[in-house]
Amino acid sequence: MSSTTIPSPIQAAAATEVVAKPRARVRGGGGGRTDGPLKLALIHGVLLIAALIAAFPILRVFSVSLRPANQLLEREFQFIPEGATLEAFGHVLTGTAFPQWLFNSLIITVGTSLVGLIVAATGAYAFSRYQFPGRGAGLTVLLATQLIPATMLLVPIFILSIQLGLKDSYRGLMIAYSVTAVPFSVWILKGYYDTVPIELEEAARIDGCSQLEAFWRVLLPLSTPALAIVFLFNFLAAWNEFVLARVLIGSSTELFTWPLGILRFQAQFQTQWADLAAASILVSIPVVALFLYSSKWLISGVTLGGVKG
Amino acid sequence: MNVGQSIGALVEVLTTLVFIAIAVAILEGVLYLVLVRWLRARLAVPLMLMAPAVVGLFALIAYPLLWEFNVSFTNMSLRNFCEPGFPTLGLFSECRTPGENMFNGLDNYVSVFTRPILQQAGFFQVLWQTVIWTVINVSLHVGGGLALALLLNRRLRGRGVYRALIVLPWAVPQIVALAVWRTEFHAEFGMVNQLLGVVGIDGPSWMTESFWNFAAMIIVNVWLGIPFMMVILLGGLQSIPGDLYEAADIDGASSRQSFRHITLPLIRPVMVPSVILGTVWTFNNFNVPFVINQNELETSDILVTGLFRAAFQYNRYGFAAALAFVIFILLLAFVIVYVRRTGALRGATE
Repeated sequence: MSSTTIPSPIQAAAATEVVAKPRARVRGGGGGRTDGPLKLALIHGVLLIAALIAAFPILRVFSVSLRPANQLLEREFQFIPEGATLEAFGHVLTGTAFPQWLFNSLIITVGTSLVGLIVAATGAYAFSRYQFPGRGAGLTVLLATQLIPATMLLVPIFILSIQLGLKDSYRGLMIAYSVTAVPFSVWILKGYYDTVPIELEEAARIDGCSQLEAFWRVLLPLSTPALAIVFLFNFLAAWNEFVLARVLIGSSTELFTWPLGILRFQAQFQTQWADLAAASILVSIPVVALFLYSSKWLISGVTLGGVKG
Repeated sequence: MNVGQSIGALVEVLTTLVFIAIAVAILEGVLYLVLVRWLRARLAVPLMLMAPAVVGLFALIAYPLLWEFNVSFTNMSLRNFCEPGFPTLGLFSECRTPGENMFNGLDNYVSVFTRPILQQAGFFQVLWQTVIWTVINVSLHVGGGLALALLLNRRLRGRGVYRALIVLPWAVPQIVALAVWRTEFHAEFGMVNQLLGVVGIDGPSWMTESFWNFAAMIIVNVWLGIPFMMVILLGGLQSIPGDLYEAADIDGASSRQSFRHITLPLIRPVMVPSVILGTVWTFNNFNVPFVINQNELETSDILVTGLFRAAFQYNRYGFAAALAFVIFILLLAFVIVYVRRTGALRGATE
């Protein structure tokens, strides 16, 4: 089920990267033409507005998280509230189940990303280094699974997991998360393995390695960047997943992952504004940092698909 | 944090991992005995390497789909929860009315088109809402993304800063962004109406009026989606060699002509696949309508949230299964036509 949620940023970036390889080296500076001062001011103006629109809601969350308890429902718009305080962060971390939900998410995500990585790394090896009937068809089928709406699989997965006793436990969720990212990961890793010269493995075999030893000792170490990206992608996909968690563990609060928990703060009639804001910031900071760090790496086309040597 | 609960969670995660490991070991052991020892198959190694992925995908996608296809011809619901006549390994032994015939032929498929799929909305209304949703979103994503990419693709002071700020909506975990946006559309305390108030406009009630609720969904999704398109298209723009523009300049081409005859054709290979992906993701977008609308207004439902409602609010499993296949076929038809006409994925599987 490759589109359990809207694909994560990493998946999105990498997917297009695979399909559309840049045909020339990235130029340093951009368009090359010089603009007049008026035009330049206009360009800066437009970009400034765009940046403001993009960042403003996020800045506003910081502002809300600083509100003291007596002005949670503020009608006037103020950026730094009067009597700003970090109370909400303290409350979220000590007075709610939020740390528990974060912990649940963390262990599930780390476990399933490792499984997904191992399964994809070996599968991709078969697609990259062996010729067998149905190889092309298999790759196409993997791509086609991306088309299936995740919601479409919810009904059968829900009913089957009730029947198998997998509902309200992590077992079903973890098996699903482990496999979710596999098609995509296989594509990425196969593309990467293809760029590693097979002669390196052949040399290792002449020196007495078996084929699998050559895979383990030569190809895998050389593929560390791609493996890291795939792990990261698996991690983010599971970390941010919402709807399957809602269907499988949505009825037991103590099992919640953080996306379910954070929507609990945003309850319909009495939103806990400061709690929601503080929790949002706590969840987002590591993810945004990781994303900004890795997206540069991904999108520049240095690591995936286009790698040579 | 509750220590007991945390240990419980940890134990459950670890036992699941052990279970997965044992299952894989058994699978590989059986394959080894059959393929290597017994059949001495030439392709034993690749088959064994792929086996866990194949079995996992079969369990998560293929089997549920086959099962769902079967359910789509039955009147299965919360009240009528029986063995639907598909090899289910005896899962449905506790059937209240054993032997009853659940099979109702094409009834579900007929009622998808003839009866309301939700309480008031019919299929074609929801389809129309989905089409509007997809078209508006994808065109604004591509238009906005291309405009920003063109602006950022020049020598400019502070380019990196602009880029990092504009990419923020994409970097924030989506559920966080959506939960926050939902509160910001609060008629009284939300940011949107407060800002409108500053300009002297009395903001609408975003959560209860159909039109404004739908508009809110689109605003949020455009905000979320532009950064992705911008980044992808910027990558495409940067891969166009600068000499082409210099040559065009020397030949006296205007910047409009350069855009039309150099930029557009050369970013096409990047744009076409991202438009396909963008369309599929927007069409299948569950989180945005679900969190912004919170299953309230049917006028804000798109097909996938309608499907969720039919299945998990009204518990009509047989009907929801049929609806799911109708949606899937629509999407598949779109992709096939688009790919044929643009040759988008040519060479992708080489």
